[in-house]
Amino acid sequence: MPNAPETPAIAIEGLRKSFGPNEVLKGIDLTVRAGEVIAIIGKSGSGKSTLLRCINGLETFEHGALRVQGQPLVYQDPAAMRALRQQVGMIFQSFNLFPHLSVGRNIKLAPGLVKQLSDAQSDETARRLLARVGLAEKFDAYPDQLSGGQQQRVAIARALAMSPSILLCDEITSALDPELVGEVLAVVESLAQEGMTLLMVTHEMNFARKVSDRVIFMHHGLVHEQGAPDDLFARPQTPELKQFLSSLH
Amino acid sequence: MVEFTVWDIVSNLLLAARWTVVLSLIAFLGGGLVGLALLVARTTPSRLLQKAVAGYVQLFQGTPLLMQLFLAYFGLALLGIETSAWTSAAVALTLYSSAFLTEIWHGCVRSVAKGQWEAAQSLALSFVEQLRYVVFPQAARIAVAPTVGFLVQVVKGTALASVIGFVELTKAGTMITNATFKPFLVYSCVALLYFLICYPISLYARSLESRLHAKRS
Repeated sequence: MPNAPETPAIAIEGLRKSFGPNEVLKGIDLTVRAGEVIAIIGKSGSGKSTLLRCINGLETFEHGALRVQGQPLVYQDPAAMRALRQQVGMIFQSFNLFPHLSVGRNIKLAPGLVKQLSDAQSDETARRLLARVGLAEKFDAYPDQLSGGQQQRVAIARALAMSPSILLCDEITSALDPELVGEVLAVVESLAQEGMTLLMVTHEMNFARKVSDRVIFMHHGLVHEQGAPDDLFARPQTPELKQFLSSLH
Repeated sequence: MVEFTVWDIVSNLLLAARWTVVLSLIAFLGGGLVGLALLVARTTPSRLLQKAVAGYVQLFQGTPLLMQLFLAYFGLALLGIETSAWTSAAVALTLYSSAFLTEIWHGCVRSVAKGQWEAAQSLALSFVEQLRYVVFPQAARIAVAPTVGFLVQVVKGTALASVIGFVELTKAGTMITNATFKPFLVYSCVALLYFLICYPISLYARSLESRLHAKRS
């Protein structure tokens, strides 16, 4: 593809967000190309998750602008938010599967309601996506019958069922036992290879280094340093990032 | 002087108990419908609606049911609306039940984890869809037992409708006492009938509670 000036997947300018008197995001500028894989790292409380949650409107921000596929985010307009959220899928640390629905119905619910797919269509999609995350046989199981890693893979399938162009991953392996992390990351890696635009807040530095195109280090509510993973991890420029990276070992 | 047998007393009470049951059902079903509407209003992001519903609930929880019945009976008449004891009792008990049911159900909705809302939101479900398909089914499971338990309160609450002249179990008891001069016997029968209505409901609530806690769907 030539580098024509195409619409960025996400464009953020001067984003500020406070919780009461505590300003969590202090003016974020960030542009994400379609198909780019971005890992966001930083200490807890640096605003990583809040930034992610602003992108699909789970948090409202006070100042700045945020565009997804060129469309500005308007909280007051439910139709616009609905359109936006079909573009942007999100996966949570705590999975958040619907416990009263079977795995199949967890995945089919939103496509049936929002995209108004027929039952047969959404059934087909759900089975295909479950197979893709390696859980074809769990269609009729309930979330509490699955391991954490399996639940998270179902959550990924559920997000993919809406065919989003952007996927937000909020520390999706942090609640998993170490031996289950790999199976989830493998799915994310395959998505990255297929050209999905991915923004992930993660503590898995090796994974970030291996999969991402760009790593963003957040510190005190700002993008403190960013760059290609090899540069950033091998040659951190700022003392804060140096300290953060050394604290991990 | 006419002699009354115990069967005379009981059979007349049983006839009146029908109206206790009917009034309870009207209050419970009407209160359930109004309560559901109020619950939706209370769950919306609108601060104004939330405050209005909270005020409504406080009003009915903070005043005696007896006063609510008086106000419904005499107040509606003042407004020029012709009311029978029937209508005012039904209206007052419906409003009373709706306030309590809203409060009970609101607690159940709040006990659904925030992540459930967020997952539903990020899947682009509308507010009504989030409630209908994700939050309410989970809240309902928690709500069944306390809701059925509240039905017992409603049944006992209908006794107060006797003061505005509605002939249900308690009022019938008073009338029969006036004719028989056997208050202890008559009111014992009245109490027993209330118990026979309420006890099975309590048992049912308890069995529902254990069943819903053990099973998933």
